[in-house]
Amino acid sequence: MLGWELPPHHSGGMGVACYQMCKELSLNGIDIEFVLPYSAKFDINFMKITGAHPQSVNEVKFAGGIYDISGYSNKTVNWNETKLNLAQQHDLFAHNVAKLAEYSEFDVIHAHDWLTFKAGILAKQITGKPLIAHVHATQFDQSAGNHGNPEAREIEYAGLSMADQIFAVSKYTKDVLIREYDLPADKIHVVHNSMEIDSDIDESHNLHRYLSVMKSAGYKVVVNIGRKTIQKGLPHLIEAARKVININPKVIFVLAGGGEQDQELVDLAAKFGISRNFVSIGWINGKELRDTFRSSDVFVMPSVSEPFGLVALEAIGYGSPVIVSKQSGVSEVLNNCFKVDFWDTDQMADMILSLVNNDSLARTMWQSSYQEYKQQSWKKSAEFMRSRYHHAVGVV
Amino acid sequence: MSKSIVLYLHAHQPLRVKPYSIFQAGVDHNYFNDEAVNTETNNKFIIDKVSEKSYLPTNRILTDLLLENPEFKLSLSITGTLIDQLEQWRPDVLQSFKDLIATGKVEVLAETYHHSLAFFYSRAEFVKQVAKHTAKIREVFGVTPTSFRNTELSYNNDLAYWADEAGYKAIITEGWDPVLGWRSSNFVYRPSYTKDIRLLMKNYKLSDDIAFRFSDKNWSEWPLTTEKFSHWAHEAGHGGDVINLFMDYETFGEHQWADTGIFEFLRVLPSEWLKNTDHGFKTITEAAEHYESKDYIDCPNTITWADTERDLTAWLGNDMQIDAITSLYDLEQPIINSKDEQLIEDWRRLQTSDHVYYMCTKWFNDGDVHAYFSPYDSPYKAFLFFMNAYRDLTSRLVEKGVSI
Repeated sequence: MLGWELPPHHSGGMGVACYQMCKELSLNGIDIEFVLPYSAKFDINFMKITGAHPQSVNEVKFAGGIYDISGYSNKTVNWNETKLNLAQQHDLFAHNVAKLAEYSEFDVIHAHDWLTFKAGILAKQITGKPLIAHVHATQFDQSAGNHGNPEAREIEYAGLSMADQIFAVSKYTKDVLIREYDLPADKIHVVHNSMEIDSDIDESHNLHRYLSVMKSAGYKVVVNIGRKTIQKGLPHLIEAARKVININPKVIFVLAGGGEQDQELVDLAAKFGISRNFVSIGWINGKELRDTFRSSDVFVMPSVSEPFGLVALEAIGYGSPVIVSKQSGVSEVLNNCFKVDFWDTDQMADMILSLVNNDSLARTMWQSSYQEYKQQSWKKSAEFMRSRYHHAVGVV
Repeated sequence: MSKSIVLYLHAHQPLRVKPYSIFQAGVDHNYFNDEAVNTETNNKFIIDKVSEKSYLPTNRILTDLLLENPEFKLSLSITGTLIDQLEQWRPDVLQSFKDLIATGKVEVLAETYHHSLAFFYSRAEFVKQVAKHTAKIREVFGVTPTSFRNTELSYNNDLAYWADEAGYKAIITEGWDPVLGWRSSNFVYRPSYTKDIRLLMKNYKLSDDIAFRFSDKNWSEWPLTTEKFSHWAHEAGHGGDVINLFMDYETFGEHQWADTGIFEFLRVLPSEWLKNTDHGFKTITEAAEHYESKDYIDCPNTITWADTERDLTAWLGNDMQIDAITSLYDLEQPIINSKDEQLIEDWRRLQTSDHVYYMCTKWFNDGDVHAYFSPYDSPYKAFLFFMNAYRDLTSRLVEKGVSI
């Protein structure tokens, strides 16, 4: 399996999805060697983890990553720089994976997202083994419905064309692939993500003292957690926040995550005069992250184009009802939530207000969504993936 | 004596907010006590630095000059937030200010205790802060101010009207050309719609020759000698009465470092100026009482002594600044009603204009961050930490059961 990140050395949902997926696949008797572009310590015993190159995770993070493709260009490759850029990391990974492929024993190549596709293609060419391309996010998604980085798009297209099979994290993503790349529908299989939350964690007190105090005075907290980038549609949430606060000033909006839109969102809230109701937090993890989820009365995911949107399931797992954009994969597996067009901030505000003003609605919606959340598991997806592996190697 | 230099120095240090996260809000109420060593938000570190570089050597020179030279005198304003910090960390420096004022030749001006923009947001709060400052000046220095300066020399007709009603003899502001029109800043004026008060306006050309250009080697007049400067001052505004040199106290040793020769300049300037027997020095109130006012000055719009715009846009120029300050002043009633002295004091400390100044994006957008002195590496950080401190205030109110 070829991937770009695994927790705890990860920056987004893809690393989490890969981790949980592999855990379940191993329970289904699949032997996995997970190849990463970096070497690091992992507390993982259900699969073999191989660093394709002896470098630290920071070297890879420095280059950007799966989520920051703005600087990606083969044309700017300059091998004289002391640090490698993303294009160099990409080439290095492909080169090393090709080497590894020559000497390794395996039946199927399973590659996650475009940064690993070149490596996947080379491994396939060298060994003749079948290639499965797993799509978590496309260039179309990352650029919020535009073309994205043309070079990355080209690599993505090559990988998808060369792949024997494609796994898409949602029907939404499958449709994007058919529309954007003219790929045959019968080659694309939907494999929904799931979310498991560790239960053995310290829940004794919440680090959000400020939010806890305000909630004790009747304030409600609306949360989004995710990268502050164009794909996530957060300016629409700020627009909706203005409309909500206009009617109910006792609502606090918390946006946590890093990204290039951070300052833009702060500016927008200030322009609307709602800074006092707007808490902007940078990238967080561990207990700070869990407590932010736990502080949520309503979780809103207003993504412009979201292949799946694991974070919405995560929010339900932590006890919050959710509002998701219709332009997301997760809306295919969730019924007990509000679904809204990302651009329809009137309706988004309406939904937020109805949830913060009616505890009965919030409670009922969350309880039902929690049932859906619990039914979600990697089990079904893993069994399906195993059958597709068998199909790929001719064992049916 | 026909022509007087009116030297006025303004001493101020804010209590900077430390890097303060949302997870500290409601837990750690000490936003002003950064204990990180030698950082720009460690207020004690800054006080120590500025004391050594500026306050101590300047007070030494000025006190000597005042004692040696019967004609020399000056005016001073010193904010409550600076006095508080000196009391806490540098009583020796506070003593040097006391010694300076004990010469009896230094006029101390009234202003807001917390160097705030309260006049533009809450008249009631403004009046309280001025009273608090006057009480502090009396307590520490044993003098009672008779003239008024508002934060950043911000000024308009309303402020002059208020100061007149409050009984001040004089008020000061920038000698800004669009307000002066064809007139010169080198005379005493009367603000429109007032009865008794006089207005002194900064000669920004000559003031800035010292405060900003003194060490600029690209300036065609560098190096600036006392002879040259005295000559300019003499020539300025033919027949003028006053040369109003208004500047930050920290000009000496901090904005202009010792190695620029600024201290030597200061040491010699009085005697050089007084070589002409027609020349003298006056404090602000003395000048207001001594010279006849030449005209009324009408100033409906607010001016300040900052930037090329001479307005409030360095403090209230972008949405972040306006939203931050509006959020803060909207807490006035609940904060005052809480009757919690510490809470009220923390709220007032956040009113210090420097906090919103650090959020200014005017220069940040030009990439000219060096032109802009801030302990934070971006205006967004300044806003973030400030708003988190604001949230701590609100949660403290809520915990006391005060509705906000």
